[in-house]
Amino acid sequence: MAKQIIPKKYAMPHQDPQVRAKNFDEVALGYTEELAVAEAERCLNCKKPFCKEGCPVSVDIPEFIALVKERKFEEAAKVIKRTNALPAVCGRVCPQENQCEKFCVVGKKNEPVGIGRLERFVGDYIVQKDERIEKAEPTGYKVAIVGSGPAGLACAADLARLGHSVTMYEALHTPGGVLMYGIPEFRLPKAIVQKEIENLKKMGVEIETNAIIGQIASLDELFKEEGFDAAFLGTGAGTPYFMNLPGENYNGVYSANEFLTRSNLMKAYCFPECDTPVKVGKKVAVLGGGNVAMDAARTALRLGAEEVYIVYRRSRAELPARLEEVEHAEEEGVQFLFLTNPTRYVGSEDGWLTGLECIKMELGEPDASGRRKPVPIPGSEYVLPVDVAIVAIGQGPNPLLTNTTPDLETNKRGNIVADESTGKTSKEGVYAGGDVVTGAATVIKAMGAGRTAAKSIHEYLLSKS
Amino acid sequence: MYKIVAKKTLAPAIHEFDILAPKVAKKAKAGQFIIVRVDENGERIPLTIADYDREAGTITIVFAEAGYSTKKLALLNAGDAVQDFVGPLGVPSHIEKFGNVVMVAGGVGVAPVFPIAREMKAAGNHVVGIMGARNQELIFWEEKMKEACSELLVTTDDGSYVRKGFVTDVLREYVEKEGKPDLVMAIGPLPMMRAVANLTKEFEIKTMVSLNSIMVDGTGMCGACRVTVGGETRFVCVDGPEFDGHLVDFEEQLTRSRQYKTEEQHALNRGGCGCGGGGKCHG
Repeated sequence: MAKQIIPKKYAMPHQDPQVRAKNFDEVALGYTEELAVAEAERCLNCKKPFCKEGCPVSVDIPEFIALVKERKFEEAAKVIKRTNALPAVCGRVCPQENQCEKFCVVGKKNEPVGIGRLERFVGDYIVQKDERIEKAEPTGYKVAIVGSGPAGLACAADLARLGHSVTMYEALHTPGGVLMYGIPEFRLPKAIVQKEIENLKKMGVEIETNAIIGQIASLDELFKEEGFDAAFLGTGAGTPYFMNLPGENYNGVYSANEFLTRSNLMKAYCFPECDTPVKVGKKVAVLGGGNVAMDAARTALRLGAEEVYIVYRRSRAELPARLEEVEHAEEEGVQFLFLTNPTRYVGSEDGWLTGLECIKMELGEPDASGRRKPVPIPGSEYVLPVDVAIVAIGQGPNPLLTNTTPDLETNKRGNIVADESTGKTSKEGVYAGGDVVTGAATVIKAMGAGRTAAKSIHEYLLSKS
Repeated sequence: MYKIVAKKTLAPAIHEFDILAPKVAKKAKAGQFIIVRVDENGERIPLTIADYDREAGTITIVFAEAGYSTKKLALLNAGDAVQDFVGPLGVPSHIEKFGNVVMVAGGVGVAPVFPIAREMKAAGNHVVGIMGARNQELIFWEEKMKEACSELLVTTDDGSYVRKGFVTDVLREYVEKEGKPDLVMAIGPLPMMRAVANLTKEFEIKTMVSLNSIMVDGTGMCGACRVTVGGETRFVCVDGPEFDGHLVDFEEQLTRSRQYKTEEQHALNRGGCGCGGGGKCHG
């Protein structure tokens, strides 16, 4: 087996940074068939695939890659879809560097196999095809799924495959959760998300939009009046945190959730062709250093801002965002102000934001997390002139559902308490997973939790009969 | 899609729609609101629930043509449908037997006041309705209000109907003559609610107002509808829409309500699309 290994991944074609910073089209253009087959050739097809163990939904990675080598793309898609309902989505947004690709044997001495890129290629290939979806033999059980984000979608797919009758309730007018309102078009085209969701409908999953459980019906009413046998709660972490700084309610200060919802879900970037407006600042500050902050900054740039700053209190090494996202933002011209903490918003007489007062920080003693804690440098305050500020410091769970379900145990942050290995909550027949349990995490982790819960729900239903 | 089963034009540029939404109608309570999206490219706009019929499965909304989306909504007729209709949203009005309750309605505010007044009366309160409009032409639902209230006082800014004066003039006269009511509720344009709150503060009468801020989702996930109440930030959509009128920062609310003035004008003039020609806005 003295196979010559190509040391680097085959490069993925990208839009030029100068061009793409001005449009909402997808940045990464995806592999061609030739590139996909060539990349697949780099896989050693290990007997003991460590990559699979790194995947939260345990995709049979070597098996699908072997099929790509043979140009059997449809079969490859079938293999992936056994465990992952949304390959075109996950191939794009998973942090592969911390998951499958982190454990790739090829990656020990060279670059790992581009598993994410291959998954994306296969996902896109099958999205273009009119896939034949088989409906399972009905079991007669009804399961309600609250929230149609990644956790709910994965849970629905597995339960439908097992023959249960699944209804998803979604508060917004479009299903998909963060895939629709949070992650921008240039990272995840919405048409692809909707196509993947259409396939779920073909499997028999009913999706009811504009339905807020907790307002239109309580969880108990779903069981009592609608006759559901079990429920999965995947309501996410959609409530924005603010910093509670003076001037936070000036015009021009957004939560990242609002800014991104306007742009992505409501397509404010097409205003006035679409009716929802968004403030396009000349100078924009984004507070925070996670993926949401990167998305907000890159969106502001595309809407036409001249200067976009990421304001982050630690240094570059501590940025919680994926390296790839940070690099993309830098290439596009986003400026980073490290060791900088916002202290208050400055506004005009008539209530509009004119600046963000910041204080410089220096690294002090290590804190509980082992990282050196940033401490303010007294007297180093200065005002950064901006007309739009976007707060991207995190989100918490929305209490609309838990408030109306008194016997559902939550922790002090408002997250639903659920067993990690089963998704079981304190309420009989009710399971939960994703960000509503863990706090804001990743798409794939939410999907993993949805699958775990689906398995438990299936066992629970069978035990009832 | 949600069908418009009836449409009435109540006054120039003020319309009443009955919309078929059985699940919303089953749960709707006085004081709550809905969010409507006219069509695929539409924005989400909040409108207060003016009435509901649980049997027929309909919700009544009343709106004035104020900007682009309400003008677009006004073009629809009975038999047409709106794309999205979400609700009931917000916290219902707190209804109990307070004693004497004065319900103040300014302009289109008559519509959201009506179901609350009706509930207040049903709970055993003596309900005094005060309704005001710019002129006689803009007065609507007078008969409905008479039924919902124990007594009804009407006024017009220009004196073209019943009497001349603002709702605050009527309220001041009432309080001076009849003494302090146990509760005042005011719904209408922000400056009118602010004026009522300032007046009742003078007399130390507990006052509730219903805010109609800019909203996007209406479920507490974005904070577009932020308001400062007693020095704390609240979200109108999930913590409200009703708040203690003496604690609301009206100045800030007025500023925030003007946030998209320029864009609103732009939409009315309807220029080209900024999507770079990808046609994604129709995707």
